[in-house]
Amino acid sequence: MQLWFPVFILTLWAVFGIAAPWLSLDPNSIHLERILATPMASGGLGYDDLGRPLFDRLAAGATTSFLVAFWVVSLSSIFGTLIGSFSAYVGGVWDRLLTHVIDLFLAFPGILLAIALAGILGPGIENVVIALTIVGWVGYARLARAQVLSLKTRDHVLAAVALGVPRARVVRAHLLPLISAPLIVEATFGVASVVIAEAGLSFLGLGVQPPEASWGSMVRDGTRYLLVAPHMVIVPGLAMVVVVLAVNLLGDRLRDRLDVKSIANQP
Amino acid sequence: MWLVILRRLTSTAVVVLGVVVLVFLLIHLIPGDPVDVMLGESAQTADREALRVSLGLDKPVIDQLIIYIKGLINFDLGRSLHSQQPITALLAERLPATIELALAALLVTLVLALPLGLIAAARHNTAWDQGAMAFSLLGVSIPNFWMGPLLILVFALWLGWFPVSGREEAGAVILPALTLGTSLSAILARMIRSSVLEVLGENFVRTAYAKGLSRRQVLIRHALPNALLPVITILGLQLGTLLAGAVITETVFSWPGIGLLTIEAIQSRDYPVVQACVLLIALTYVVINSFTDLLYALIDPRIRVGT
Repeated sequence: MQLWFPVFILTLWAVFGIAAPWLSLDPNSIHLERILATPMASGGLGYDDLGRPLFDRLAAGATTSFLVAFWVVSLSSIFGTLIGSFSAYVGGVWDRLLTHVIDLFLAFPGILLAIALAGILGPGIENVVIALTIVGWVGYARLARAQVLSLKTRDHVLAAVALGVPRARVVRAHLLPLISAPLIVEATFGVASVVIAEAGLSFLGLGVQPPEASWGSMVRDGTRYLLVAPHMVIVPGLAMVVVVLAVNLLGDRLRDRLDVKSIANQP
Repeated sequence: MWLVILRRLTSTAVVVLGVVVLVFLLIHLIPGDPVDVMLGESAQTADREALRVSLGLDKPVIDQLIIYIKGLINFDLGRSLHSQQPITALLAERLPATIELALAALLVTLVLALPLGLIAAARHNTAWDQGAMAFSLLGVSIPNFWMGPLLILVFALWLGWFPVSGREEAGAVILPALTLGTSLSAILARMIRSSVLEVLGENFVRTAYAKGLSRRQVLIRHALPNALLPVITILGLQLGTLLAGAVITETVFSWPGIGLLTIEAIQSRDYPVVQACVLLIALTYVVINSFTDLLYALIDPRIRVGT
């Protein structure tokens, strides 16, 4: 597939994600006469069970998913990379301890820990970001650790150490640039999984609270009116799948371009 | 060999202990006073103190942990705050449904992924290959909680072939199993494809061709069994994803398993039950993974030598 498709979709998503407050959208306005109106009957994307315009809610949902994805991927990649490269570079007791911690977090399958954390911290967008970051940093840490372990005995690193370059500078100037390519690819796929995870939590009622919109909670609201108003489920789900598909396509491309092997399809 | 098993079991034990501690600590992550959150602001002081004592929250954290672990060893997980039933009974009641769903989903996964991956590899770089990989990309990108409602809409509401939700009616397992299985088969098909492609370049495949075997025989009898070795590990990992995915899928279909119990417990703030469910799913995952690792070492002599 051509590259313009993912770039176009993701630009659109980012524009709605950042600029939604200035787009004069009205996601919470109620039009009682248009309750459950389908796109065919009312034009646009139709209306939901409270008579709110689906297009505006879709845009507001884009903001939610974009912000959550941005924060979770930024925070977890920064923390994960720092912890992973520190662990590998320092080695010894620290490395063994942190490896155990990483193994421990990896012992929780998929989204389960995020569900438990979000359930216990209580609903709300900040808690979603916290829960997904606590789950998300592990992947970056494991990757950064493995990369640094294989790089830290390279000649240029040993030369820098021999010249008396401080540790922090060795990591920043001589190691991080070399491990950034696989981390960028990992972060790209990370965006896709965070979008799905946020929507999943919101679907379960553990994400943003009404009347805030999230694609996940929109799908959940729609499941009650599947027969009369299938557009309530189809529209937000389609938006989400298109964004996730675009991110995955971009990730595949980046992986080929940056020639990163062996991290494909990690959970 | 025994050394490998012993080492693997020790590391499993360490992880199990870690998981237990982490799950135990979950209840202490509740912002503010857990008793307030569970009972609500308006509860009587006497009720609060009673709950605090019955949950052991009046003791130091270390003592609480020891009591928790002692309970676990005796299969005593405490009682549900909501229904007052013992939690082990609740779990035992819900477990068969989840196991049924997981096995059915696993079947769907294998039935879809094996032919897809094999065809994609056998007809590498053809339309078949691209089609299979496009399906795989789509499968990875469609989340369970959208796939589920769409299947309900088409097969339960429009066509009326299967029940919408629940577990009582015949065939009720089919739609949830399809929902769970399709996304997993997408990942597995990719793995099988790349694994078969790798094996197809090996010398023994050339030998098999050289002695005059047909393409079909080489693929099915020589390439596939060897390619399946790494796939076993992936399958073990995926079984965990499957259990976690079951939380969402069970909610979509009101399938009365452990996943739905987790969500119900979160909604009614029944934290001991939440803890127990998370613990059960995570421990199952850990045990399955250790088991696959061992199985892998048993089947493939190269790994035994390596460790």
